[in-house]
Amino acid sequence: MKRAAMVAACLAAMAFVPALLPGYNTTLVTEMLIFATLAMSIDILAGYAGRTPLCHGAIFGVATYVVLYYASVAGGNVWVGVLLGIAAGTLTAVVFALLAIRTSGVYFLLLTLAMGMIIWGICLRWTSVTGGENGIRGTVKPEWLADQARFYYFVLVVTALTTAAMWRFVSSPFGLTLRGIKESESRMRALGYNVSLHLFIGFTVSGFFAAIAGALYAFYNSFVSPSTVALGQSVEGLLMAIVGGVGTLFGAFIGSVVIIALENFVSLYTERWSMVMGAVFILAMIFAPEGILGKIYSLLARRREARAAPLSKSSTATGS
Amino acid sequence: MSMTAFQALNGLTFAALLFVVASGFTLIFGLMSIVNLAHGALYLFGGYLALTAAMHGANFFVAVVIAALALAIAGLVIDRALLRFVKGFELRQVLLTLGVAFMLNDLALVIWGGDTFTVPVPELMQGAFRVGGLAYPRYRLFVLVFGVLIFAGLWLLLNKTRLGALIRAGVDDAEMVDAMGIDIKRVFVYTFMLGAALAGIGGALGGAFLSLYPTADSEILVYSLAVVIIGGRGSLAGAAIGALFVGMLATFGQVWFPELAYFVIFGPMAILLAFRPLGLFGRAA
Repeated sequence: MKRAAMVAACLAAMAFVPALLPGYNTTLVTEMLIFATLAMSIDILAGYAGRTPLCHGAIFGVATYVVLYYASVAGGNVWVGVLLGIAAGTLTAVVFALLAIRTSGVYFLLLTLAMGMIIWGICLRWTSVTGGENGIRGTVKPEWLADQARFYYFVLVVTALTTAAMWRFVSSPFGLTLRGIKESESRMRALGYNVSLHLFIGFTVSGFFAAIAGALYAFYNSFVSPSTVALGQSVEGLLMAIVGGVGTLFGAFIGSVVIIALENFVSLYTERWSMVMGAVFILAMIFAPEGILGKIYSLLARRREARAAPLSKSSTATGS
Repeated sequence: MSMTAFQALNGLTFAALLFVVASGFTLIFGLMSIVNLAHGALYLFGGYLALTAAMHGANFFVAVVIAALALAIAGLVIDRALLRFVKGFELRQVLLTLGVAFMLNDLALVIWGGDTFTVPVPELMQGAFRVGGLAYPRYRLFVLVFGVLIFAGLWLLLNKTRLGALIRAGVDDAEMVDAMGIDIKRVFVYTFMLGAALAGIGGALGGAFLSLYPTADSEILVYSLAVVIIGGRGSLAGAAIGALFVGMLATFGQVWFPELAYFVIFGPMAILLAFRPLGLFGRAA
């Protein structure tokens, strides 16, 4: 009940964004929502299944490419393009998953990184389709979404739906098995779970949501180039998930707000965003690997424990 | 001269360069379990430093030495100033080096700009080497010889010296080495410096025939990843075979399927890894 009230309050507050932060800021919040979806999809794997991926930028970008290619270059219907884009991104995730689920730890990270690079290499070299370095430009957003505020509400609704779906997914019995795999793969196997299959499904679902974010990004950005599928994109998404708090899902929102706000703030003064991002990454790894929301959760848990401690002490006293 | 022989030589010389870079990567990975994603950035820095040294009139070999020394120091700093805070956390280490890679790459962009540079080759190695109708750039042959020398040197270091014995022992069981009263931490530092220096040498060598530009670091990093993943962590022979494999695939892939060159390299790697997650020569850590 309390959670439902909080979600309703958050959504209500979000509804006022176009009124309170008009113009460019609304666009910025729209971008934050899109990237929060990407970061949440990464968190499904990194936080719940214990497999840190570096390929979600590629899955995201494949969807963006397909939407823009189909709707702009090939001149097809936008919504068909969106479906195709999501399908293409999910398919990419399926192929990645088939190869990557047998590995874990650093090897998983490296293999997903290399697979992401394949996508980048193809987007860069296959100039007849992807336009190479020049990318693909085209306003594919339907006319009724041209208005900034209206587009924001559209993205807000989609994000609310995907967030609810992802939350449902990770807190479902299936999501719990992913957490079990993170804790101990061998134990889950001994319990009779098909670990590979569960990881495969987890990866595919995660890729599906990353692809949705990518399709939205095609609307948002009206442009795609190899840098959208590059390692930097995967790293930025992962950084958002980590800064927010890996394994918290909603932390992705905090992460994306912090990182995008920082990116915009830094860009006002210098072009050195890449350096700042690297520094944030290093600092996060040294000082706050559990992320902002992770830190808050652990503080709350400690307080709850402290409040519970005197009680348990008295109970042991009566017991003895 | 047939085109294929020419391409095979190209593949061989590229493999030699890859070996130099990837051997440093695999040493660090094997001994310290650190996947140093800043390795590509170290390569790029090595190349740029050699370029700057050569621009100021330094001999090519002096430039290579300067790059190696400077990168060894950079390795020392990265290991002592940053990595020691996350010791033992495999994933945090990797992601930290990723942050370092982004910072170094951007720093290189600030210092040397976005243009493409080539490290000047000494006069001795300019021009083509001719043997019966076969003409091949001398410099590339030099890189091939250099790669073989580095392999021999590393092999001797690892198999015939005390430090090498400690490194090998550390790869197998670092805790045990430590328990025997040997300062394994110092061995770790030396290895990291050696690995970084190899990246620097690779940058100087590669900068003369692959040229240097801002995204060269991630390209060489991914090639090295492929080499090490195929060869298995910590294995010198594995790195050599992996380098040959990747070098040939990359060269012929670019000739036969220019648009899908990346796929030709990483497709086989991904499939190999799916079936042998620890690489051809890898052993469980």
